[in-house]
Amino acid sequence: MMMHAAVVVFPGSNCDLDAYHVLKDLLHIETDLLWYRETDIDRYELVVLPGGFSYGDYLRAGAIARFAPVVQELPNYLERQRGIVLGICNGFQILTEAGLLPGALTRNINRQFICKTVTLRIENNATPLTQLFQLGEIIDLPIAHGEGRYIAPPQIIERLKKNRQVLLTYYGENPNGSGEKIAGIMDETGTVFGLMPHPERNAERLLGSGIGLKFFESLVQETVHA
Amino acid sequence: MNKQQGLSAHEYEQICQALQREPNELELGLFSLNWSEHCSYKSSKRFLKLLPTVGERVLQGPGENAGVLELENGWCVAFKVESHNHPSAVEPFNGAATGVGGIIRDILSMGARPIALLDSLRFGDLTPWPPSQRRVKSLGVEGRETPDPQTLGLSVRGGVGGEVRGVRGVFEGVVAGIAHYGNCVGVPTVGGDVYFEDAYAENCLVNVLCVGLLKKHELKRAVAQGIGNKILLVGARTGRDGIHGATFASEDLLGEREEKRPNVQVGDPFTAKSLIEATLEACREPELVGLQDLGAGGLSTAPPEMATRGDAGLAIDIEEIPVRAEGMMPYEIVLSESQERMVLCVKAGSEQKFLKIYHKWGLEAAVIGEVISERVYRIRHEGRTIAEVPISTLVGGVPEPELTPSPPSQRRVKSLGVEGRETPDPQTLDLSVREGPGERSWRDRLKRLLQSSTIGSKRWVYQQYDHTVQTNTVIGPGSGDAALLRVKGERFGIAVTMGGNGRYCQIDPCEGGIRAVCESAHNLLSVGAEPIGITDCLNFANPTAPEVYWTFEQAIRGMAEAAKAFGLPFVSGNVSFYNQSETRKIYPTPMVGMVGFVRDIEHNRVPMGFQHEGDLIYLIGNPQGKSGGSEFLKVFYNVVGGELEKTDLELERRLTQAMLTLTERRLLMSAHDVSEGGLLVAIAEKGFPRGWGARLVLDDISEEALFGEWPSRFIVTVAPENARAFREVLDGAGVPYQLLGTVGGRSLEFSGQAIAVEELQEAYESALSALGAIL
Repeated sequence: MMMHAAVVVFPGSNCDLDAYHVLKDLLHIETDLLWYRETDIDRYELVVLPGGFSYGDYLRAGAIARFAPVVQELPNYLERQRGIVLGICNGFQILTEAGLLPGALTRNINRQFICKTVTLRIENNATPLTQLFQLGEIIDLPIAHGEGRYIAPPQIIERLKKNRQVLLTYYGENPNGSGEKIAGIMDETGTVFGLMPHPERNAERLLGSGIGLKFFESLVQETVHA
Repeated sequence: MNKQQGLSAHEYEQICQALQREPNELELGLFSLNWSEHCSYKSSKRFLKLLPTVGERVLQGPGENAGVLELENGWCVAFKVESHNHPSAVEPFNGAATGVGGIIRDILSMGARPIALLDSLRFGDLTPWPPSQRRVKSLGVEGRETPDPQTLGLSVRGGVGGEVRGVRGVFEGVVAGIAHYGNCVGVPTVGGDVYFEDAYAENCLVNVLCVGLLKKHELKRAVAQGIGNKILLVGARTGRDGIHGATFASEDLLGEREEKRPNVQVGDPFTAKSLIEATLEACREPELVGLQDLGAGGLSTAPPEMATRGDAGLAIDIEEIPVRAEGMMPYEIVLSESQERMVLCVKAGSEQKFLKIYHKWGLEAAVIGEVISERVYRIRHEGRTIAEVPISTLVGGVPEPELTPSPPSQRRVKSLGVEGRETPDPQTLDLSVREGPGERSWRDRLKRLLQSSTIGSKRWVYQQYDHTVQTNTVIGPGSGDAALLRVKGERFGIAVTMGGNGRYCQIDPCEGGIRAVCESAHNLLSVGAEPIGITDCLNFANPTAPEVYWTFEQAIRGMAEAAKAFGLPFVSGNVSFYNQSETRKIYPTPMVGMVGFVRDIEHNRVPMGFQHEGDLIYLIGNPQGKSGGSEFLKVFYNVVGGELEKTDLELERRLTQAMLTLTERRLLMSAHDVSEGGLLVAIAEKGFPRGWGARLVLDDISEEALFGEWPSRFIVTVAPENARAFREVLDGAGVPYQLLGTVGGRSLEFSGQAIAVEELQEAYESALSALGAIL
């Protein structure tokens, strides 16, 4: 089955074209930029909520975007098991605001926006997003966010760890003060993914190690074998 | 009234003569803005004419919202720098934020997608916090660090606070404002520079450069033409903010700063982001005639400027303009500088198509007027004409003030001193470095220099800026002399840099102007790019003072001379005068932004740092010179002065040719321009990226030789097997060079002493925190 992907465009999204570039130009996947008002998403095997400042992140990051028609449609899409939802940075924030992923992303511990390349560890490689990595593999990806400190009540964190829903943790430095150094998680069904780092910003050798491409290649492999 | 409007008696007379009557209040407002220094360049244009503006790649030179150069395969680059000094001094957060917004819309006006931002910032000297002030007003939590509430940057989002809080507060506010706007709007901030000097303590400089990318056929102009064509106002609603912003930027910044705060606009980067996307959609429609952003002067300046370019007239209807508040007077509506607005001129009958695009993005859009045949700017209110002025008088009709440049009587100042400190005469200083350990060993001196605010790492600043969004940043801030961007799907790349050392200009404005151009060119050459065009931002004090006006003239003459030597055109620019308070003038600070072209970004780009053990380290260029204006004189002796070595432009030309050949033939393993801090600082910095040290053999180890700043020098490394080819290129070009040593180990070694690169890097990275600038 050939994959068909959508990258959602909210007013204020600013990594939409970056994710589109990786899927379309690097992996040659049929990819649409999908306006936030669209709700006809069943034809996609992958829906990406990209980074940026949807609705200016006014009020709170992701707090307004969760009411966008396309986000309101996601529970039905998941219910019908149509495909995978990946939220990157602001997309991750939207998914937690919408209750599709547990926990919350709060202001960085130093109260500043941080843009830098960080080191991360793959905590679970038995998922559609990480299957091409080694367990415990150390990788580098850029982060660029002001509200990336992952927090959740202790019982939720316990549960995430027990169910192996933590995909990615900060290795060494914890740049934003996230609980348990969590940088990326998935839901219990293994179909909704949230990452604070930007794999699409390190998907080519010209821009760094290029390791970020593996996340997208993992997803392609998943749908091909599905 | 005239005083508030910033018009002189002579100018008022000219207006009455042109109108054949007294202007009404609104008309006077129109003239006030259009004839302000900020909008009219009345004091600067006679010297700006000296700058070269033509070149093979020039598609659009000065006169539009930005300059445009042709690259390859139909691609073009649009770029321009603009200042937002006055607003940032008064309200740092919003002043800086709206500076970013304004220049982005200038690039957008050319039909280009904004792809990069750079900021050159100048603030007063940072001094360490006195210990007594450190603990006040903070209760702290036991066992934790106790931050100083003054440094918490509480204005960070939204800028609600924003009271003028001294140098540190201005610095933090400006950085937070740039981060707030640039990050949200999704344009990466890839470079720039920051200096701290007393001269900028009351007048910070905030110069923002934006680069845009477009295809040649997509180029747009800020023109209104075709009688009956419609004028659209799009973007945000018009509010009461920023009235007379341009007038206030055309005066000295005196005590009444608080009163000026309402003159500063408030930025909304979210609206700006939607405005970018909607406008790029609109630019694809063939019925778009022209577009321009609303910046300084708002509706009082943009529509008549567009009509001037179209050789037409223009009428607008006040009641059609979407406003933010009830009961706004026509005067307020026309002069408002509310941000995130643009004016479009579209073919009659196509209005609905454009309104729909903007409405889809949740933006305001309204048809507010049309192009008319009479060459006037007519403002109507409910069918009644409430202002009407001839376009030719309004735009470009301002009389040039009679200013006379005159050099200051005491030109040969040997030392300018640093306020409040002892000022030794540089002529009598003992500049030899003593052997052995202690305060005067080169190791300690090098560490101190690396830790100075001018030279030390600006990581705290650029880490707050998103520099990787849009996934084009190949070399970002802190990792090269210039930023390097790829163009997706193409082999070539674009390099860009901006800077300018005001200290050099204070000592010798002409030589300072020359160096500003050369330094930017060197930054580009260092990453493997060929310089192709310039944008400039000329920051000066009050031009009615003859010696200030003289420095302005001299700096321009220097820049023009250097640009001609390199064959580089100035394609856009900005002038900011009146950067002075009651007690202090800024250093004359011409900032030069420059764009370079890299033919093959994969193979021709050159890293800054040492790459491999055993590579040979060469100095190429001028082996010796005078070191006036050097950072080491200020840091070690409290001296801002001395004599500048004159740049040899003939050598610069040969040096450029040699660097381009070396790049093309891929003979350089790394390259770094020698600038602030001189030779040893440049070598140390080359060790940081990979932690490599170097074993050096240096004949002259005097302070002047090690730390002196003079022009026309690069430090490069070459693989041993390429040394011969490398030397042949330089011999052929007639450029001097000198083998300084080899890359290796983890420390910097010469004359029997060594210091770990790690220790040097620690000093370099701690520069801002050591000064208490950051927590």
